[in-house]
Amino acid sequence: MNAPDRAAIRQAVIDAVLTIAPEADFETVVPTKSLREQLDLDSFDYLNVLIALAKRLQVEVPEADYGKVDTLDGLIGYLAERVART
Amino acid sequence: MPSLGADMEAGTFIEWNIAPGQAVKRGDVVCVVETEKGAVDVEIWSTGTVARLVAEPGQRIPVGGILALLAVEGETWQAVAAMPAAPAVPTAPTAPAAPAEALHPSPAPALVRSSPAARKRAEELGVDVAALAAKKGGAPITLADVEAAAKTAPRASAPAVAGEGAARTGMRQAIAAAMARSKREIPHYYLGCEVDVERAATWLEQFNAGRPIGERVLFAALAFKAIALALRDVPDLNGVFVDGAFRPSAAIHLGVVTSLREGGVINPALHDADKLGVPALMAALRDLLMRVRAGQLRSSDLADATTTVTNLGDLGVETVYGVIYPPQVALIGLGRVVARPIVREQQIVASRMLTVTLSADHRVTDGMTGARFLSKVREHLAQPEAL
Repeated sequence: MNAPDRAAIRQAVIDAVLTIAPEADFETVVPTKSLREQLDLDSFDYLNVLIALAKRLQVEVPEADYGKVDTLDGLIGYLAERVART
Repeated sequence: MPSLGADMEAGTFIEWNIAPGQAVKRGDVVCVVETEKGAVDVEIWSTGTVARLVAEPGQRIPVGGILALLAVEGETWQAVAAMPAAPAVPTAPTAPAAPAEALHPSPAPALVRSSPAARKRAEELGVDVAALAAKKGGAPITLADVEAAAKTAPRASAPAVAGEGAARTGMRQAIAAAMARSKREIPHYYLGCEVDVERAATWLEQFNAGRPIGERVLFAALAFKAIALALRDVPDLNGVFVDGAFRPSAAIHLGVVTSLREGGVINPALHDADKLGVPALMAALRDLLMRVRAGQLRSSDLADATTTVTNLGDLGVETVYGVIYPPQVALIGLGRVVARPIVREQQIVASRMLTVTLSADHRVTDGMTGARFLSKVREHLAQPEAL
């Protein structure tokens, strides 16, 4: 199976967030600002997003890297890099 | 009709999962009831045989009203079924209100099981949730169902905005009634203290480092466990104030204040929080919060919290000044874990701090009891490995 590209990873992120925050509008999300703050995701919501992404992309974000995945750009970039490495 | 929270006065009956002649045991889900806070699976609290189903779909029934007759051991269900239910049904005084209810048709989405998120999306997309439910044979409607239906079906001309709006207003009114009663009847006193959680946070990081993401524990779970143990140490904050007297509870069921994405809050109970190990408590908390998001709460989730905890740290709040949920007698608030310079052994060092607050009922306890509780929370959080 080919590694998913950036667009596929972006879609995976959007799908994961929409299951928890169905009203989220990614047209208006600022990709360089905190995703959690913009979409009112609490720590349980965000953990569930990361768990859904781990299932779909086989990439687990270690707790120590949470600071790198706070924004939409950060999360997609982080996942893309990790997916490419595996 | 069970009371699914102190702020509930009545519920709308949705559907039966049982039939006359069927044996049921305590804890079985027997029917679905719609409240201001969404559809709830109602579990039966006795064991026996179903004799007669009294409630009908769409009927609004006050708390305490009869839903069904049950034959217990030693009775035959046919004999119980033949008994008149009328004297025991407290719906009679409200009967004159029935025509008014009929004039105000309940919104179609209220009669089907769907997650709050799915319902909201359906409203936005103009999807008829009732029609969708009929197609799915009564199975709960998920967000995915709504999205799929919106793609295949032409947009309905009039989305059920009024219905959804009414539901939201209903929840607002329920919260307003409970909170107004709290401020009217409960003389609150408030205490707060800053707890050094550096040790607990570090311990948790090490605990999580070796675990797959699905087994990771959030700091809130650790704090909940510390609170549950502190309530065991100081039982006067755990229980209800009913008929002019405090009734302590031996069990510790923590109500967890959870804000709903469509507005309002719900306080499902984390049962026996003091008896769960930290990983089990985290799993129970995740399960509970996921069922809140999916609109799949059970009656036992909503019925019997003995104290409530509100965690607003995720929203950047440092200090919570909470309002007690009657008939409970205490509410514990958790703020944000934040790094601060503190003095430890005559040195200024950076340490992660958490502000824990207590709102308590002065009819039941005094500041001394509250202070003892906060000090116990601090003690338990200082020994994370023992939690």
